[in-house]
Amino acid sequence: MSTDVVAARGYLADLLAGQAQPPASAASPTLAWLKALRADATERVGVLRMPTPHDEAWRFTDISALTRKAFHPLRTPTSLQAGDIERFHIDEATMRLVFVDGVHAPHLSSGGVDGVTDGEAIVVGNLATATATHGSTLQAHLGRHAAFHDQPFVALNTAFLHDAAVVIVPRDTGVATPVHLLFIATQPELAAYPRALLVAEPGSAVTLIEDYVALHEGAYFTNSVVELVLGASATVEHVRVQRESGQAFHIASCVVSLAHASRYHSVSVALGARISRVELEVRQAAAAAECSLDGLALIGERQLADTHTLIDHAKPHGVSRQLHKTIVDGAAHAVFSGKVMVRTGAQRTDSAQSSRNLLLSAKALVDTLPQLEIFADDVKCTHGATVGQLDSDEVFYLRSRGLSEAAAKKLLTYAFGAEVIDRIPVASLRRRLEQTVLERTTTRQP
Amino acid sequence: MILQHSPTLLEVRGLHATVGGTEILKGLDFTVRRGEVHAIMGPNGSGKSTFAKVLAGHTSYQATAGEVLYEGRNLLEMAPEARARAGIFLAFQYPIEIPGVGNSQFLRLAYNTVQAERGKDELDPLEFDDLVREKMKLLEMSPEFLGRSVNEGFSGGEKKRNEILQMALLEPTLAILDETDSGLDIDALRVVSNGVNHLTSKDNAVVLVTHYQRLLNYIVPDYVHVMEGGRIVKTGGKELALELEERGYDWIEAEAKAARAPAEGVST
Repeated sequence: MSTDVVAARGYLADLLAGQAQPPASAASPTLAWLKALRADATERVGVLRMPTPHDEAWRFTDISALTRKAFHPLRTPTSLQAGDIERFHIDEATMRLVFVDGVHAPHLSSGGVDGVTDGEAIVVGNLATATATHGSTLQAHLGRHAAFHDQPFVALNTAFLHDAAVVIVPRDTGVATPVHLLFIATQPELAAYPRALLVAEPGSAVTLIEDYVALHEGAYFTNSVVELVLGASATVEHVRVQRESGQAFHIASCVVSLAHASRYHSVSVALGARISRVELEVRQAAAAAECSLDGLALIGERQLADTHTLIDHAKPHGVSRQLHKTIVDGAAHAVFSGKVMVRTGAQRTDSAQSSRNLLLSAKALVDTLPQLEIFADDVKCTHGATVGQLDSDEVFYLRSRGLSEAAAKKLLTYAFGAEVIDRIPVASLRRRLEQTVLERTTTRQP
Repeated sequence: MILQHSPTLLEVRGLHATVGGTEILKGLDFTVRRGEVHAIMGPNGSGKSTFAKVLAGHTSYQATAGEVLYEGRNLLEMAPEARARAGIFLAFQYPIEIPGVGNSQFLRLAYNTVQAERGKDELDPLEFDDLVREKMKLLEMSPEFLGRSVNEGFSGGEKKRNEILQMALLEPTLAILDETDSGLDIDALRVVSNGVNHLTSKDNAVVLVTHYQRLLNYIVPDYVHVMEGGRIVKTGGKELALELEERGYDWIEAEAKAARAPAEGVST
């Protein structure tokens, strides 16, 4: 074993060091099953090592910059007032769960929060509040979908699993307004382990916004895990916005389980972080499920944004659509690895995947790996990838209407990103992110 | 309309142009005066669309010899946007789809850019909305097209109407319509042609690049030119289009060859 590996294993152990003292504010219920889960995860963290580019799944993603920095768990919670986070509010979202440096902040959360009222109401709360009424649901799902046996970062997050954002939508309940999960980073050198669970019971419908923001520009480490469980015929819209500080490290895992005829749509936008990695796994565990995954990474300078997705068609008549786009400027590096797996028996699967990448500078880099693995014989699957600069015919079209070359290129760059942003089903968030994309694509030097 | 003593708008002399290293235009001469409508016809591959793109300044096409004067200025030295601002407009044969850019936003941006260049007032979104809706009536376009992305999901006919809408907004001095009739059904052809006719005046000029005579029933040209092998080989009045419709292009090619033969004989 090389010294590198030993050093890297030591890094995980260092991160784990604060694990024995859960923050008092977590108000973690003492649940035997949860203790056992944490113990298993802690044990795996001890066995696993930090991934390196020698690992196939991390071939293009060098996270050694992370291991060169030390991060500690929360020691002194930051006291935030409502006014401090007002700018992150999303108008449509009347239900909001706020976690500050990974710790639940009930006084910043609102509307239906902790509102574990009766059996028919939507649950939007943390682990402690939800356990009171939905203990068996939590035990059945929390930590049961995001496997950590060979996933060091999922194991690490699970080892720290003292609290979580919990959303449970009862059977046949349509939630009219989105639920906003807001994870705020306030301190440098901190490691935070956000965790969320959404259970959409059969026939229910909900929109979930998972939002990572920062109040400072320093370096910190966010290691999040989200599990989404859709019952039969449930519909979930999932918007993921990663707008961490430019120095942050963000390593996240999201596992989605789809029951019969359920429908899942996600829009994932990566704007911040020095290094970010999102692993999104969607399992079509029953027939006739549909999923649609849209992604945009808009990065520059020396940022690295990695998106790994797996769409697992295990049963017949599944549908999947995926559009992943990157806009890469400066010396930034975007990675996309998207696997579509069609298992034996997943007949009549209908899948289309597209990876489109726009390079804005000579030093910008994209690695894209769309992959199809098909073990059924009656399927319709397409995939494709493009990497390049702006289309010269499009630039000419705009110039022929009087726009300068620079203005034409900026508009087209904006449009490239806006195509994904436009798919966000929450109007105010869509407008805000359109504005962000506009600013990012128009302030750069042509 | 052909006007006595009308000033020359465009003068093309001995123009040669290449795309991807292949020479397409081989010594083209062409003159347009204000108020005139010209039709350029010719078989596929004769260089009609290339000529249209060279006039608009497409960066993939290189003019290698000859000169083009527009209002007395050297057009070939002007960037595409400078040409647009100076009043040249190309209606594209295949208008580009731009997902993510609202049609209304795009039209206003183009309009205001050109207005600013001409020293006229720019319009805010509300003022522009009134103007564009007025122009859309001319083309029998639903205001719904303002809310969509530029040309995205438009039918062939809708894209062509959107091109002429841009022409109506930008009020060009020289409009070049590249195969604007292709892909149009008879109703759309009538609407688009009405739109173009409405925009012609004694001060501007229109060049129609077309494969078929059909369009010329609706927009009546003052001159019909036939292109062949990268040059204009025959020029006539509107009746030439009817003759071409009836007899095809072969006789023109034969005529052109015959005309070239003695000259080539001398030079070799």
